[in-house]
Amino acid sequence: MQQEQCPMGDYKKVGGQCGDCSTCGKCDRALKRGERPAEKVKKVEPIMEQDNSTKLYTFLIYSENIAGLLSQISAVFTRRQVNIETLNVCASSTPGVHKYTITSFCDEEMAIMLTKQMEKKIDVLRANYYTDDQIFINETCLLKISSPIMLANSQVCSIVRQYSARIVEVNPTYATIEKTGITSDILALFNALNTIPECVLQFVRSGRIAITKSKVEHLDRYLAEREVRRKEERR
Amino acid sequence: MAEKITGAEALMRALEHEGVNTLFGYPGGAIMPTYDALYDHKKTLNHVLVRHEQGAVHAAQGYARVSGKVGCAIVTSGPGATNTITGVADAMIDSTPIVVICGQVGVAMLGTDAFQEVDVVGVTQPVTKWSYQIRRPEDVAWAVSRAFYIARNGRPGPVVLDFAKNAQTGMVEFEPANVDFIRSYDPYPRINKEAIEKAARMINNSVKPFALLGQGVELGNACDEVRAFLEKAQIPFGTTFLGLSDMPSDHPLNMGILGMHGNLGPNVMTNQCDLLIAIGMRFDDRVTGNLATYAKQAKIIHFDIDESEFNKNVKIDVAVHGDCKESIPEITALVDEAKHDSWISGFKPYAEKEYNKVINKAINPTEGPLLMGEVVSRVTEATGNKAIMVTDVGQNQLFACRYFKFSQPRSVVTSGGMGTMGFGLPAGIGAAFGAPDRTVCVFCGDGGLQMTIQELGTIMEQGAPVKIILMNNNFLGNVRQWQEMFFHHRYSFTPMDNPDYELIAKGYRIPSKTVVDRADLAAGIQEMLATPGPFLLQCAIKEEDNVFPMTPPGANVDEMLLG
Repeated sequence: MQQEQCPMGDYKKVGGQCGDCSTCGKCDRALKRGERPAEKVKKVEPIMEQDNSTKLYTFLIYSENIAGLLSQISAVFTRRQVNIETLNVCASSTPGVHKYTITSFCDEEMAIMLTKQMEKKIDVLRANYYTDDQIFINETCLLKISSPIMLANSQVCSIVRQYSARIVEVNPTYATIEKTGITSDILALFNALNTIPECVLQFVRSGRIAITKSKVEHLDRYLAEREVRRKEERR
Repeated sequence: MAEKITGAEALMRALEHEGVNTLFGYPGGAIMPTYDALYDHKKTLNHVLVRHEQGAVHAAQGYARVSGKVGCAIVTSGPGATNTITGVADAMIDSTPIVVICGQVGVAMLGTDAFQEVDVVGVTQPVTKWSYQIRRPEDVAWAVSRAFYIARNGRPGPVVLDFAKNAQTGMVEFEPANVDFIRSYDPYPRINKEAIEKAARMINNSVKPFALLGQGVELGNACDEVRAFLEKAQIPFGTTFLGLSDMPSDHPLNMGILGMHGNLGPNVMTNQCDLLIAIGMRFDDRVTGNLATYAKQAKIIHFDIDESEFNKNVKIDVAVHGDCKESIPEITALVDEAKHDSWISGFKPYAEKEYNKVINKAINPTEGPLLMGEVVSRVTEATGNKAIMVTDVGQNQLFACRYFKFSQPRSVVTSGGMGTMGFGLPAGIGAAFGAPDRTVCVFCGDGGLQMTIQELGTIMEQGAPVKIILMNNNFLGNVRQWQEMFFHHRYSFTPMDNPDYELIAKGYRIPSKTVVDRADLAAGIQEMLATPGPFLLQCAIKEEDNVFPMTPPGANVDEMLLG
């Protein structure tokens, strides 16, 4: 059968229905824009606290830069049957030290236990847990939305403005929108755009990143203490 | 410029630098360069060829337990490495310092599903204290030094070194490394003075204190310190299985064994004391029974070197984090000399009740087939309570731990946390090498013995003086007991047809004897102990005997069944 590549990178059968994208304007399906296909309702509920006993905790973990630590850290959560909601790993401001930012729902007792079990790993320097009021948090999302729908429906742009999101790229097929903020704002933006049928093509959130509000830098203090100890033990 | 040597030769020198003199191992493809280097170090590194890699690790564990040194095993890649995992996990849960060195395919072939390749670091990470892949000969000195530092310091545990073949054959200028500090790991945290003072106040205010001693006392070499503390404040204590030789069995404050098959007194009194002082033990479920009712009336002080043990199972009031060799003397200085005579005498009726209802029948039967309790009791008497007790797992273990008596530390080698059947025989070999001047008695059943029976070959070859007491009841006895008690006597696959063990021993050229009648038991034990080198003493045990007392799984700690 003759095939033609559509601009989204997918293939469509000439004269037939497009597989998934329905945005290129070349296939039958694109003509039906504005209609709401019953099977395509996407709605992501904002993250809610699961019940009264659990809370979203943010774990900040510092480790030496040694291969294989991520799986050791995630295994601590798996063993205690706690799901990881978000995970971000990158080099920290201290050379040679990696920082992990992990969010999970659990109770405080579990948060303490997880923290201790992570610190038990030889190459983990520090692990702490925080509630949202103890840290500044941020995350980023990217949304790919259909340009034809954006042009046809003025609501789209007004939602983007309302949520202070940025349009970073536009072409005849799609537009890319970026928004940085706290989880609830990002999910609100997504949920608002997603009320418009066929509008959101892709949606991605980064893991949460966080810095503490504490006036003490616990990692620096820990490293300084360890340096003192090293000198003492050498003597 | 220093001389260049292979990574394999560097490993030999690094092991010697760490004071290793005994290795348990089994060669294979990916570790051959290392075995080739070992050939030149036979004088300093005594290599014991086992018959299965699992045996190498259990032997290293037995060696470590009795000697206090790091046990060392060396195996090949792939199946060699995976065969060690049971022992590595066992060492992890029982805090035994061992270093396992596995061969690995060359770095260029990693991840290609090469012959005998397995992701050893990935597989062992959850069951090791540290697991590391040596990819370059330059890393050998550092990795070996770090491995031994981690294995022996803080809460001891197993370390696996995955030694890639190119790192074994590559050339390097060797300079021994001395890792004595790891920034991210503090094995001996500073003792918190406030915690010590608070704990001391609680002890001084307590009228019914009770101490729980675990293996941590022995691992911290703090038996004398703990003894001085308990004697000064006159605190009665119970021990876990792994802590059995922390104190002499006949110490007047020793109230016996904690847990599911422990003694009645210490278990009942756990729920009557006003202060529980746990030292180097981890409140295992086999010790606590139902957590919801465990020592709820008592304040709890927990001494441990591993912070993650605090509040893990039992909620505690004061945590003293650190090495008990440091913390216990500090608290001894602060506690008042005390007498708790009426409290201590409160244990006595329970001990008498247990003796009359259970112990006497178990160790002094006058009729019927032989019982495990009496065999253990006669062996410990014949050795003057000075021997090392090694056990397998099951009823043999429970009877041995209950009735063997101890007079010096580092005399218990048993698989506590993992409950690894097949542990006994190879661990006994390790114990014989770790304490060559002591008598090593291995108690095992007909089930566990057959799980690692090939190690009789190692015993034969080495002439290892392991006294094997096979308590044969033609059943997987402990499972059978549970089937009887909790599964309506449905003996699903627990009866066993047994081979002729004397014939097997003969095949391995190990002297043996079978005792059926009570009248022959003492003579059999004498013959076993008088015979130099190894001996297999088979005792024909009553088929359906049960270990009592028993706290049924999930029941309250003070609700022990006496029979």
